[in-house]
Amino acid sequence: MAWRTEVEFPAARPLLAHGQGRSYGDCCLNDGGTLLRTSGLDRFISLDADGTLRCEAGVTLGEILRLVVPRGFFLPVLPGTKHVSVGGAIANDIHGKNHHRAGTFGAHVRRLELLRSDGSRRELAPGDELFAATVGGLGLTGLITWAEIALRRVPGPAIRSESIPFRGVDEFLALCEESDQRCEYTVAWVDVLSGAQRGVFFCGDHADGAPRRPHARAAVPVDVPAVNGLTVRAFNALFYAAEKISAGTRLRHYDPFFFPLDSVARWNRLYGRRGLLQFQCVVPTADALRALLRDAPASPLTVLKRFGAPGSPGLLSFPRPGFTLALDLPNRGEETFAHYARLEAIAMEAGGALYAAKDARMSRDTFERSHPRLAEFRRHLDPAFSSSLWRRVAQ
Amino acid sequence: MKVVVLGATSAIAQAAARVWAERGSDLLLVGRDAAKLDAVAADLRTRGGNVEVLVQDLNGDHGPLVSRLDSPAVVLFAQGILGSAEQRETDPEAAELVLRTNLVAPARILALLAPKMPAGSCIAALSSVAGDRGRARVGVYGASKAGLDSLLSALRQRSQATGVRVLTLKPGFVDTPMTASLPKTPLFASASEVGRGIVRAVDSGRDGVIYLPWWWRVIMLLIKALPERVFKRLSF
Repeated sequence: MAWRTEVEFPAARPLLAHGQGRSYGDCCLNDGGTLLRTSGLDRFISLDADGTLRCEAGVTLGEILRLVVPRGFFLPVLPGTKHVSVGGAIANDIHGKNHHRAGTFGAHVRRLELLRSDGSRRELAPGDELFAATVGGLGLTGLITWAEIALRRVPGPAIRSESIPFRGVDEFLALCEESDQRCEYTVAWVDVLSGAQRGVFFCGDHADGAPRRPHARAAVPVDVPAVNGLTVRAFNALFYAAEKISAGTRLRHYDPFFFPLDSVARWNRLYGRRGLLQFQCVVPTADALRALLRDAPASPLTVLKRFGAPGSPGLLSFPRPGFTLALDLPNRGEETFAHYARLEAIAMEAGGALYAAKDARMSRDTFERSHPRLAEFRRHLDPAFSSSLWRRVAQ
Repeated sequence: MKVVVLGATSAIAQAAARVWAERGSDLLLVGRDAAKLDAVAADLRTRGGNVEVLVQDLNGDHGPLVSRLDSPAVVLFAQGILGSAEQRETDPEAAELVLRTNLVAPARILALLAPKMPAGSCIAALSSVAGDRGRARVGVYGASKAGLDSLLSALRQRSQATGVRVLTLKPGFVDTPMTASLPKTPLFASASEVGRGIVRAVDSGRDGVIYLPWWWRVIMLLIKALPERVFKRLSF
């Protein structure tokens, strides 16, 4: 698709919008159907002096930052990569390191246009039922053509960031308690293989100053299965040691603070041809978090964050008060699936939820229990739209 | 700096125009579809450009168009069609439309515009590697671009005295709506990569023939060097 005013849906159904394809699971796939590539819908429409940005759905968050940061604005919510589209950010109602303050991406969407397969164009705003279904709606309510986002003001590209080494869940909880009050952005990395569950707590705030964007960029040229128990152990030890040495406060450019993985292009190839599964859940209590960490397998990227109270506008939105845990699991077939199922069971038993945007394995039962407003959502489905995820867990 | 973009809704033209817009350039966008031009103009304005729009079929009357263009610093010819593969080689009307859009219109506009271009200005036109040697799959399109190459080469010789630079821009495969139906190979470049290359070529102060990305020059040298008795048996 190249023009938002001139969309012709192909005859081969079902349909699914596909932006940058950065979701870890099959919510951005449509096996046997047609993907509508939105990367051509990459135009800005307007940027008002008050920071209201209107753009087409295929624009990436990285492109937006490139435009707005020099003008003193910033996106209200950022995920772990800048290579995602606005349409994808809305359809998955993504969250970031400032969830405890800002809520989800969808909470900052003021308007959007949804093109339904019957050809009707709906301009939607918060308060509309179809808006609530579309935010976090996994692309199943139709095609988002453009959206309007309320940006926030910032002094510049600088983030004052602090790294605090910690050991164990109790220390993590104490850091949450103290830092979530004080800092806009908080997240923790944890090494579950170390018996004491050592980790590093990161917090950050926008600050004055103009640190340079680091230019060093690496790329992984081919599939090399480099991630295994040994390398994860080594990586985690090195990462912890490096952060411990450099612990303290420093002024950084926002890019490496928010998007550390973007500095290694095609990093996923380090997991080899079979790739990785990501598991991300939210659980309401610290005890459930402890149980998950006890059972968590080797992962070079185990990330913890406490979600805050701000609600999500979407019927299927994932974030809710509690603790979210995300980990990357190298795909070793049945063994990995079994591990995934164990973590899934712990999260469900605790009354938690799994994140559909990251999932490739959850059961129908888990999907239903993770989304208490599923029945309400179904009424707003576009009959011509579907995804591999939807057929796997909900149809 | 004032830049005129003919065929401004082309994906490659948009990519180049974005670079100019981010520098705060004055842009005049010309094309036949008002709604699409408005979408492009809004994007470029948001990025920082001072944008005007002129809705005009570039295969229409060229006199009024050229009279609207007063001493631009850069004119980018980006109008062009590939045509559908089934039609353009066998349907005379389709073949003629490709030639008219890609070759006749630039020739007519240049006849009126070239004498008006001020010293130090730049005429840049999007040709294609397809103009280097006629291939089975893109006969008429290749012929239109070969004709354009020849026209630009002549203009470049004539312009040495007047100080107007003439750039022939030859992209290889580019991932755009024009090539949407082709299977994508590693040879494909993105429109934004090619767009940045165009602006770099204009900035460089040189004239001549520019391949985008540069390595197409090597590939096309080899293809042009093949003897006809070998080339005629190939099918690519």
